[in-house]
Amino acid sequence: MLAYIARRVAMTLPTLLLVALAVFVLMRLIPGDPVLLMLGDSADATQLAEARRQLGLDQPLPLQFVHWLGQVLTGDFGNSISNSQPVLPLILERFQVSASIVLVAVLIAALIAVPAGLIAAWKQNQPLDVMIVGGATLLLSVPSFWLGLLLLLGFGMKLGWLPVVGYVPLTEDLGQGLLYIVLPIVTLALIETGVLTRMSRASAIEVLRLEYVTHARAKGSPESQVLLRHVLPNAFAPTLTLIGLVLGHLLGGIAVLETVFTLPGLGRLLVDAIFARDYPVVQGVLLFTALIYVVINLLVDLCYPLFDPRVAAQ
Amino acid sequence: MKLRANALIGGVLIGAVLVVALIAALWTPYDPLAIDLMSKLKAPSAAHWLGTDEFGRDVASRAMAGAASSGFIALFTVVGAVLLGTVVGVLAGFVRGWTDRLLMAVNDALLAFPGILLALAVMVIIGASRVGLVIALTLAYAPSVVRVVRGTVLSLREKEYVEASRMIGNPEWVTMVRHVLPNCIAPVAVLATSMFGWVLLSESALSFLGLGVAPPAPTWGNMLSGARSYLESAVWLGLAPGLCIALTLLGINLAGDALRDRLDPRMP
Repeated sequence: MLAYIARRVAMTLPTLLLVALAVFVLMRLIPGDPVLLMLGDSADATQLAEARRQLGLDQPLPLQFVHWLGQVLTGDFGNSISNSQPVLPLILERFQVSASIVLVAVLIAALIAVPAGLIAAWKQNQPLDVMIVGGATLLLSVPSFWLGLLLLLGFGMKLGWLPVVGYVPLTEDLGQGLLYIVLPIVTLALIETGVLTRMSRASAIEVLRLEYVTHARAKGSPESQVLLRHVLPNAFAPTLTLIGLVLGHLLGGIAVLETVFTLPGLGRLLVDAIFARDYPVVQGVLLFTALIYVVINLLVDLCYPLFDPRVAAQ
Repeated sequence: MKLRANALIGGVLIGAVLVVALIAALWTPYDPLAIDLMSKLKAPSAAHWLGTDEFGRDVASRAMAGAASSGFIALFTVVGAVLLGTVVGVLAGFVRGWTDRLLMAVNDALLAFPGILLALAVMVIIGASRVGLVIALTLAYAPSVVRVVRGTVLSLREKEYVEASRMIGNPEWVTMVRHVLPNCIAPVAVLATSMFGWVLLSESALSFLGLGVAPPAPTWGNMLSGARSYLESAVWLGLAPGLCIALTLLGINLAGDALRDRLDPRMP
């Protein structure tokens, strides 16, 4: 088990390095001079050269990369161009908003989807299964930002039950704060329920065909025990992988939903920074999101042996 | 039974979008860009089936033009991603060794970014435009094709008929093109169908954020973005483009399920 953990963590390191390299290269490919952007048009040639020297931009690219990587490793993601604030605290602050929404939504979705998928698989090709799969496919096909707009129109504008614009941090006022994040969470949870239900059904069907399930039935175990003791744990492992993927994808794709609900999350920070040409922030958010994605995948892999001990033994 | 229903509904939905997109390339009821401030924000009527927007432009015409625009972007992207991904995947899987290791390391790093995030980053570099969108989305989605193709090639190259092709003296590239490549088509076709849906969704999301096709040219995404300010006063503005995206995605998902059942009978 320890060997498995060590091997899996070691495999992550080259990926992380390449991710950092990819972000670095992407940012250097952006047309335009970052120094000119920082100092504005009024700066003269000597000022520009001085700023370049200070930022280390006059050095060869590989050296710049090593230097930048060193800074990132010590938690220095640079400063925002538009307000000169350090980037990392800004990212962490916004990340809390996005993460709380995504985590709660995926948790709700998983709690609905895993049992629903199991039941659908158990009743495969019967009316209940067709209904569950049909509903899941329908949910999966609705764009999150459209569903968000519709819910906003219904519950916010027409019924007036929930606020339409703005955000209150949960730490400031729990009751008020919850009102602002109910709709985004419901929107995300609905859509992810569609994705996860289909996945959990597919893996449950695979497991239901295996010999030990037939064996359990043959020795007279009640169906509830077959499903809960033999099918659920084994069908859950692939679903867990997908939950990890979904978490990472949502953190990247949540920008649209944060735009619909005017939430100050990580995705909104990225889009605003792109429009403001605030490249240190863009770079920081890209790197941070990719890091989170890699770490989530690592955590999922580390949880895998809990459900399927064979993985660690290989 | 279920399989036929999926294929039928999916086929009809996709067919309808294709027909509308083709018609829109030749004719729309009104000019989708023509501004008519006298008749702005009009509810659906006989003259304007889906009403008009805040500039008095005909929503039905814009939705039709949007189908053409989104459809072509998604088509070019999927074709591009499949071609690029297949070439790299076959190369990595067949040549092995250092080429494989290097290609896969880069590929895994790209896969560490959620697709839309990578597309966003590339859009920053090449700027918001149709061509930019296709390039960005191609680069964002090709890595998953590489993964699938390489995996298939790795399992195929151990098969007897590949060995036989080598033994009778066929050059490596002939073996690859004639015996390995055709067997990659099924898994790639299944992936490409789902990918069509992802690309369509990413494209509308990017346009919704203002980082895709720039207004006034209509896409479903930027129409929805424009509708945000008139959500309560002009409901039809928000309903039409969203429904278009949802129905198209539903068609793609159903067709994808049917195709998977057909090509990969092991799958439930």
